[in-house]
Amino acid sequence: MKALRFDRKPARYAAAIVAGKLAPGAGAGVGPLRLADVDPPELPGPDWLRIAPRLAGICGSDLGTIDGTSSRYFEPIVSFPFVPGHEVVADLLDPLDATDGSGPLAPDGTHRVVLEPVLGCAARSISPTCAACAAGDLGRCTNISFGHLSPGLQSGFCCETGGGWSTGMVAHRSQLHRVPDDMTDEAAVMVEPTACAVHAALAAGIAPGDTVVVLGAGTLGLLVLAAVRRYTQAGTVIVVAKHDAQRTLARSLGADVVVAPGEIRRAVRRSTGSMAIGDGDITRLTGGAACVLDCVGSAPSLDDSMAVTRPGGQITLVGMAGVTNLDLTGLWHRELRLVGAYAYGTETLVDGTSRRTFDLASELVMADDLARLVSATYPLSRYREAIAHAASAGGRGAVKVCFDLRTEKERTRL
Amino acid sequence: MPRPGFVLDVDRSTPPVLFHHGEGFRLEKLPADRSRIIYPAEPIEPIADPVGAIRHALANPLGDAAPLAAQLLAGMKLTICFDDISLPLPPMKRPDIRQMVIEAVLDLAAAAGVDDVHLIAALALHRRMTESELRHAVGDRVYEAFAPSGALYNHDAEDPDNLLEIGTTKHGEVVEINKRAAESDLLVYVNINLVSMDGGWKSTATGLSSYKSLKHHHNVKTMQASTSFMDRHKSELHHSNWRMGEVLKSSGVKIFQIETTMNNNVFGTDGPMSVLQKREWEWTARDRMTFLAMQKGLDRISPRMRRQAFQSWKAPHAMTSVQAGEVDAVHEVTTANVFRQHLVPVEGQTDILTMGLPYISPYNVNSILNPVLVMCLGLGYFFNLYRGKPPVREGGVLIMSHPTPWEFHPVHHPSYIDFFEQVLSETTDPLVLEEKFEKQFAEDEWYRHLYRTSYAYHGVHPFYMWYWGSHAMQHLGRVIIVGGEERSVRRLGFQPASTLQDAFEMASDVVGREPTITHLHNPPILMADVT
Repeated sequence: MKALRFDRKPARYAAAIVAGKLAPGAGAGVGPLRLADVDPPELPGPDWLRIAPRLAGICGSDLGTIDGTSSRYFEPIVSFPFVPGHEVVADLLDPLDATDGSGPLAPDGTHRVVLEPVLGCAARSISPTCAACAAGDLGRCTNISFGHLSPGLQSGFCCETGGGWSTGMVAHRSQLHRVPDDMTDEAAVMVEPTACAVHAALAAGIAPGDTVVVLGAGTLGLLVLAAVRRYTQAGTVIVVAKHDAQRTLARSLGADVVVAPGEIRRAVRRSTGSMAIGDGDITRLTGGAACVLDCVGSAPSLDDSMAVTRPGGQITLVGMAGVTNLDLTGLWHRELRLVGAYAYGTETLVDGTSRRTFDLASELVMADDLARLVSATYPLSRYREAIAHAASAGGRGAVKVCFDLRTEKERTRL
Repeated sequence: MPRPGFVLDVDRSTPPVLFHHGEGFRLEKLPADRSRIIYPAEPIEPIADPVGAIRHALANPLGDAAPLAAQLLAGMKLTICFDDISLPLPPMKRPDIRQMVIEAVLDLAAAAGVDDVHLIAALALHRRMTESELRHAVGDRVYEAFAPSGALYNHDAEDPDNLLEIGTTKHGEVVEINKRAAESDLLVYVNINLVSMDGGWKSTATGLSSYKSLKHHHNVKTMQASTSFMDRHKSELHHSNWRMGEVLKSSGVKIFQIETTMNNNVFGTDGPMSVLQKREWEWTARDRMTFLAMQKGLDRISPRMRRQAFQSWKAPHAMTSVQAGEVDAVHEVTTANVFRQHLVPVEGQTDILTMGLPYISPYNVNSILNPVLVMCLGLGYFFNLYRGKPPVREGGVLIMSHPTPWEFHPVHHPSYIDFFEQVLSETTDPLVLEEKFEKQFAEDEWYRHLYRTSYAYHGVHPFYMWYWGSHAMQHLGRVIIVGGEERSVRRLGFQPASTLQDAFEMASDVVGREPTITHLHNPPILMADVT
């Protein structure tokens, strides 16, 4: 079957790093990622099913891997060669439960699922499960590299599972969520990134009426904004967006104030009535926003985050940060909390109820018509263009770029 | 004998016309047979002995006022207030007029044994003057005699302990001014009247006041009813200030007003810059070479260096009149002298008005002309330099030439940055932004802090700049900026054009394909007397 496969090839990886510095996404042309004919993955165990991706998104973490900008932190929890793609809506090829009947299923859109890609204890056949998995917080699984599966924090980073950038992969039944009939494929492929956003919004510690800043208006930033608006009682929400199309989308998703990157300190100062250090040119605020969600994860964005969070406030790092050079004096002096937000699991809402993040994400996707954020789709054969498009999505007026596997000829041969 | 201003009808032999373009110049060809250029008068001869003239004015006051010497008594509290950094434009060569006047006043005060003297820069809600700016205005001798002891300082419109509410006008306008000035036995005001908007009761009622007072006339309704604010008798801004002046008079605040006028000799009548003031058909070959060399030189240096070069220019304009005494009597004579230099008779209106905007306005001396100030300079000052009616018809088009960079001085204009980023991104309608945002900016503690302790214009000031253009905004059908940075121009609510010809094309759906055009030639400034 056709798949985009990422091999362990240090020389190519080095080339990807160089290319990625010259042009975002250029690592796809020279790096270890290749379109190959591969054997379909075997089922790792009895509770595993075969699925055929229909749409698979290109995530910022994928781009980091391809361009060699990801941290080496991930190396022990990834197994090579792997097929990327963890934002997946797929056809079931094996029955998930009795409603699917028995025997192999046709990949015709009748039995669709969304993949929850984290590989926790259940997928790894570890029993008893760790405390996090038992509580439904798969993102905090402490058995991430162990059990009866090769290392891999998620499907799409594990050599045994395959990934969404292919015509076939495998998934543990615990990873699969059915797609309702009235949900399009474009909506379904947005569920996984939306789940990340919902988790981040609910982890941000937003109290009613709080001024909240969302730094970054790429896919993650826009989804975080939507999640903040739906699932918290935030007051003023200020979004930092670099590009015009992003600004328009941010306003439509409920931002009260949308500003360019260089304007955030002033915008937060105006909204909060804070005083500022600096003779007109603001170094930092003495007050600021209660909560900042950094959906960029760079040194400048973290610097901005610290400058605009009020003493005692919280910065939630949603964007995947790498090795970062940062002056943490402000963090210490202003008693800021810097908290990571990764993946999803089970959330506690403001009314005290517990819900699965994926369920909340599905509701949000439908309520806010987040399918409209799928800006472009590509066949696997045009993967270089797809990745280049995804890497420069903001500047090209795009949000989410996906691979469209529905038209791959060999799907009918599965 | 300096030649008066006049209107030139453009024909095919008319050479390209010089337009100011920020820190640079453009030569533009205007369409023949339907364009006219209003040329300013040549500079009037300055007073040969300005110090002598000042002394004469102090000894021979106008109106109901005794000579200054007779009013100065030992033991009295004397306050001398003077116009701030916004005048003159560009800053003049030393000695500044204020220095000459203040020295003459202080000589008389010393002779009379007055030792309680304060000198205050009457800046209202403008930014504080720096030491070097104060030194330039009042001279080193005065600065060193008074500043170290704290007797020479900037007016602070946000100091509740140094403001005094004098009363209210019959229209309910609160009059509040600097307390030291109000409680002095004599307040001497030293004015420079660059344009006919300046001076009179505006000196004290505006220059020494606070936001509480200013908001009665620095508002959209007043500015829309000032047609124009260069013509005191048709200006609601001035009617309000004059009402406030009545309150000051009747409350017993004793004012000895000293007003001066200047000629328009901005770049000199000889020397390398004089070509900029010359009528283009009179340029010699040497003038052309000088102009070309200047253009090439400017193109080669960085924008920062260009700005520095222009801002460091000290103009040779000089005093043409000085009168002192009672405010109203003095101001009548002053205004006549301003008109003597500036007024150019013009018949009728045209479809389009063009103008080149320079690098300097009253609010960016030693600073940056940010986009808000571009609007104020064009739609505020230059548009309002008329008496009678604007040279462009109602619903016509204004075409201005300026690079309009999205650039702000963060120390001088912090509230402008927020005004541009926040307010104008929501609305450019002056009534809406006045209603929705003015109070927030006027009462912002950080802006207040910067106004009082740094060198920042008051938080509310960008609003006033916008209101200054509100009469023009009501009058015009469209505003186009040639050569401006596109996103800045659009944020202002105007249309960007790359060239003047493109601008004419863009104007055609408002004024047709063969519009008539008036060009306001500048440098230097003039005032169109339109009948």
